[in-house]
Amino acid sequence: MKPNKNIILKNWPIFIVIIILSVSPFRMNNYWIDVFFFFGIYALLGLSLNIVLGEVGLFDLGHMGFMAIGAYTTAILNTHFGIPIIFLMPVSALAAAGFAWLVCSPIIHLRGDYLCIVTIGMGEIVRLTLINNPFGITGGPNGVFGIDFLSFGGPLVIDSSIESYFVIWIVVGLTILALINLQRSRIGRAWNCIREDEIAAESTGIDVRYYKLLAFVLGAGLAGIAGNIYASKLMIVSPESFSFIESCMLFCIVLIGGMGSIPGIIIGSAAVSLFPEIFRAFARYRMLIFGAAMVIMMVFRPGGIWPRKRGSVEFKSLLTKAGEDNV
Amino acid sequence: MRIFLEQMLNGLTIGSFYALIALGYSMVYGVMKLINFAHGDLFTLGSYLGFTLLVWGNAYVTSHVGLAGGMIAAMLIAAIGIGTAGIIVERIAYRPIYPAGRLPAVVSALGVSIFLENIIMVLWGPRYQAYPVNVVPTLRFEIGGIHITLLQIVILIFSFILLAILYYIVQKTTFGAAIRASALDRDTAALMGININTIIFFVFALGPALGGTAGVMVGMYYRQISFTMGWNYGLKAFTATILGGIGNIPGAMVGGLLLGIFEMLGSAYISTAYKDVFVFLILILVLIFRPRGLLGEKVAEKV
Repeated sequence: MKPNKNIILKNWPIFIVIIILSVSPFRMNNYWIDVFFFFGIYALLGLSLNIVLGEVGLFDLGHMGFMAIGAYTTAILNTHFGIPIIFLMPVSALAAAGFAWLVCSPIIHLRGDYLCIVTIGMGEIVRLTLINNPFGITGGPNGVFGIDFLSFGGPLVIDSSIESYFVIWIVVGLTILALINLQRSRIGRAWNCIREDEIAAESTGIDVRYYKLLAFVLGAGLAGIAGNIYASKLMIVSPESFSFIESCMLFCIVLIGGMGSIPGIIIGSAAVSLFPEIFRAFARYRMLIFGAAMVIMMVFRPGGIWPRKRGSVEFKSLLTKAGEDNV
Repeated sequence: MRIFLEQMLNGLTIGSFYALIALGYSMVYGVMKLINFAHGDLFTLGSYLGFTLLVWGNAYVTSHVGLAGGMIAAMLIAAIGIGTAGIIVERIAYRPIYPAGRLPAVVSALGVSIFLENIIMVLWGPRYQAYPVNVVPTLRFEIGGIHITLLQIVILIFSFILLAILYYIVQKTTFGAAIRASALDRDTAALMGININTIIFFVFALGPALGGTAGVMVGMYYRQISFTMGWNYGLKAFTATILGGIGNIPGAMVGGLLLGIFEMLGSAYISTAYKDVFVFLILILVLIFRPRGLLGEKVAEKV
């Protein structure tokens, strides 16, 4: 066991990615930095949906609804009461998580496609309610504008593209670290067990209802944080940003990347956010190509680009304990 | 009372569109257990096909077979065209993915949906298109104080004929029994000598064909079509499918009609702005309290 020396050698691709991501914004113009900012937002949302869809296997096609709750919480509290964005980040996460707990409690027993349909309905209800401007606080179809930049107090204000780029990618990085730990924890194993066989999971004493709700609440909380960062970067939130098609895109990120696979999610969100930009030269044909690419992708790699290797972690650790270090 | 009956009539008209589209979702789901997200866009494609036929072919066709003939021809050609499109979509985008399970098929369906939406935009342009005015003469009747237009009568008659034909095929013929059997249990149905491939072919041709016809009717009724309208109608029709019981064909018809009536009464008596919210609230309440839908049988889903 010599972990400290090996950690960089073993995980060299990760370190290369980190180095590329931290150096590259200094070589890009503002346009591409913003494209990569949205790549980061999609990555964060993809990771949050991955908890629900990838880890537990619950179909959620209304995930943008949770992000909308987070974004609007930030927007309304900031513009009406002037609360700084940084304090609103946990508030948004809690608001989205609380909303998820509230609406998912009665529907969590539904399975498969039925859950999928209810979440579509939920996402649409959130969007339509925002458009209808309840109590005059959501600004109707125009949305809420004039949201402050993220500020850490004093001169530390995140007001340029490159700064917000680093904010989102640091958040994504921390989220990935947390999720890797979660995957290996008791919770992660319970989730995967429910995904593979719900009845077997229940019969081994896993509280299926609790773990499913936990996945929704955690996923929604992360989406709420994404909403907070999104609102402070764009300074405006409007209902059209949280449409059904965006929820579908998140669904595609998880499945294109590979369910439950964290590197897969990053690649999936790169595909969804960078692909239309790279093919901008094709102008009106680019989304056409995108749709066709999704079909071809699923025909040839139905498991996603980077499917999660199952079981290898557990076996390795078992064998290591048994003294076989060279596996 | 007069307003109530008129709203019921409007609701029935819209509901018949939803019912026609919902049948496509329901049949495909019944046999394939796949939510065909491309169905809404096939419907839009049908609407645009009908638009082209009515605008470009109008002068020629009407001079030969008259107005009514031209309209029927447009619906028929749209139905055949979209039915063919449905089969092509199934062959290219769904058939190779069946062995991989259900989730990749959902992504593939979404991909087809984006593809179709954009191909419509490329072919017909991103602007709204307006259907010609004179497809059905603008006549208004008054029966017992209720206003009804000739267009509404024509649409209601056509859609009810289509629904009746489909109901007959599915509920009364041997072939219909085969479809219902495959919806119930595909593997057992195959063991009983039913050719599943024929059933799949039929389902993917007939569902989109009905959707395409509904597209032409929607165009004639609202006179304005856009390439993004498929999502909205698709979502509503899908709600109708759930309302009636997914995979249940009479259920989809009843669900569609009921949804149209709910929507119209909701917008007349409660709030126009929140009418879609009511639609989705009804959907969620139905799923919480009666997940199998209004007409659906009790089914225990396999884990």
